[in-house]
Amino acid sequence: MKENLKTGATLTTASRFPDPDRAFRLLIEARRGLSAEEAAALDARLVLLLANHIGDEAVLAEAVHAARETLGRE
Amino acid sequence: MHAVYASFKYRKSPDQAATVPVRRPVIVIGAGPVGLSAAIDLAQRGIPVVILDDNDRIGEGSRAICFSKKTLEAFDKYGCGEGLRDAGVSWSRGRVFQREGELYAFDLLPEAGHKMPAFINIQQFVVEKALVDRAEALGNLDLRWKNRVIGIENGADGAVLTIETPDGDYRLAADYVIACDGARSPMRGMLGLDFPGEIFEEQFLIADVKMTGDYPAERWFWFDPPFHPGGSALLHKQPDDIWRIDLQLPATADAEVEKRPENVTPRIERMLGHANFTLEWVSIYRFRCLRLEQFIHGRVIFAGDAAHQVSPFGARGANSGVQDVENLGWKLAAILKGEAPAGLLATYDSERSEAADENLGHSTRSTDFIAPQSPAERGLRDAALALARKHDFAKRMVNSGRLSAPTAYRVSPLSTPDAERWEAGPAPGAPIPDARLRSAEGRDCFLSECLGPGFALLMRGGEPAEVPPGVTPVRIGADGYFDRFGEIAGRFALEPGSAYLIRPDGHVAARFMRWKRPDIEAALHKALGGAA
Repeated sequence: MKENLKTGATLTTASRFPDPDRAFRLLIEARRGLSAEEAAALDARLVLLLANHIGDEAVLAEAVHAARETLGRE
Repeated sequence: MHAVYASFKYRKSPDQAATVPVRRPVIVIGAGPVGLSAAIDLAQRGIPVVILDDNDRIGEGSRAICFSKKTLEAFDKYGCGEGLRDAGVSWSRGRVFQREGELYAFDLLPEAGHKMPAFINIQQFVVEKALVDRAEALGNLDLRWKNRVIGIENGADGAVLTIETPDGDYRLAADYVIACDGARSPMRGMLGLDFPGEIFEEQFLIADVKMTGDYPAERWFWFDPPFHPGGSALLHKQPDDIWRIDLQLPATADAEVEKRPENVTPRIERMLGHANFTLEWVSIYRFRCLRLEQFIHGRVIFAGDAAHQVSPFGARGANSGVQDVENLGWKLAAILKGEAPAGLLATYDSERSEAADENLGHSTRSTDFIAPQSPAERGLRDAALALARKHDFAKRMVNSGRLSAPTAYRVSPLSTPDAERWEAGPAPGAPIPDARLRSAEGRDCFLSECLGPGFALLMRGGEPAEVPPGVTPVRIGADGYFDRFGEIAGRFALEPGSAYLIRPDGHVAARFMRWKRPDIEAALHKALGGAA
């Protein structure tokens, strides 16, 4: 696990939403009626917004690794 | 395919010959699990009830199979809970698979000390037969088969039904009508009521098969399994070597074609890996998440599928229906006996609306996950599944159906808000847990058996003479019940001197760390809807 040396932050993968089903539903509703291309464009915007919200390059790098890992493309 | 499980005799009622419609306190329409429960609940409270059912048989098809702990506790009060529990397949564990691998396992009731298991699986017609047997044993319950309601005059202080029978039509009046006539509710149609909500495109094949298999008594759910690529699948054990199978079909599948045994059988062979089974029952359905905006219309009260319909993954149909009528029974009985104001009935609508919305929310969210509506939605769903193998947060998002749990009424006008700070235990409006006790006479029992038919006061120590009349005291302490495993102390955070006022439907009305008689009287008054 990479750690941000300044802040000590690492990627949290434990569940944080009190109701994960509702959070998932919110994301599903965001893409309701979109084509696959439009959904990919939505996701890209969401990634940038959320990445900025996190504001920690080490954590972001860890998230990128975790995502690519499950694609079999680390 | 399955034969008729039980049939009953139409008998002509003297009411059919009356020139002026005979008036009954309560008529229940529909002898399914919900209607029968409603009638038994009221009859046991001393209210005479007539049930009308348009058929004279049960057992054509399996339908509901999962009955929850809360429902079994209600059946226990109706005198058939233990028999059904013992006849059913008890289960609390499930597994969720994706492709070849297992994603996770869960346990819905990891703690001991409850009389009833988290769930039993049992065929709906077995439940109906047990309830019919109980109904027929009650002298004030009049069960009329082959009585089809074809018309209603819904007045301000009563309703008059027109009923079709083999001997012709007759009319019957009632103070209240409880419509438990199912998802297609003819009564909804007769009153011209909308049933709005969402109908999903995806179709599901549902089959009961008979085979001897060595799968455990667990709920197994697959996303995109090798035997059914791209779809989802569910396997559930029932008694008598019957297994329930659900298979997702494309939205475009032709239901009539898919239902044919020559098309169903190969799908199930691929799933089970063998052909040693027989088909008992097959049906095809679409998910529907619908509800009436209001459950009470004049003197007609809707309950169960007639009031709200959910998708089946989650066992929220029959279970929420029985909870509807468990909520309704004591209220309606109190109104009819003059012990509560008629306004108490409005809280059936508000409390069960809260429950219906909770059930519909779960059902809708499960449906979104199980059957994504587009490639864009499937992409997000598949991403959650892919991350779930490694990451806890994504595992928590994997939704193969959230199984029925009774709703805690958070905003009920019947609840007395806590005046003190409680660290644990069921809050006002919440359903109570069970616990193991020993009576003063040395008999082992469960809390759920000690509460009596009305309100109960679960108290640790305290003065029994201070408990208002009509409230059953359940006193934990030296000369009362013994809390054998400390479950009352733990699950209720019940310290010496504290008490819970418990409603007849097993929900908390109020709780006090220190109490005096006027506190209990005030909470009871509030829980009965204010002044009578």
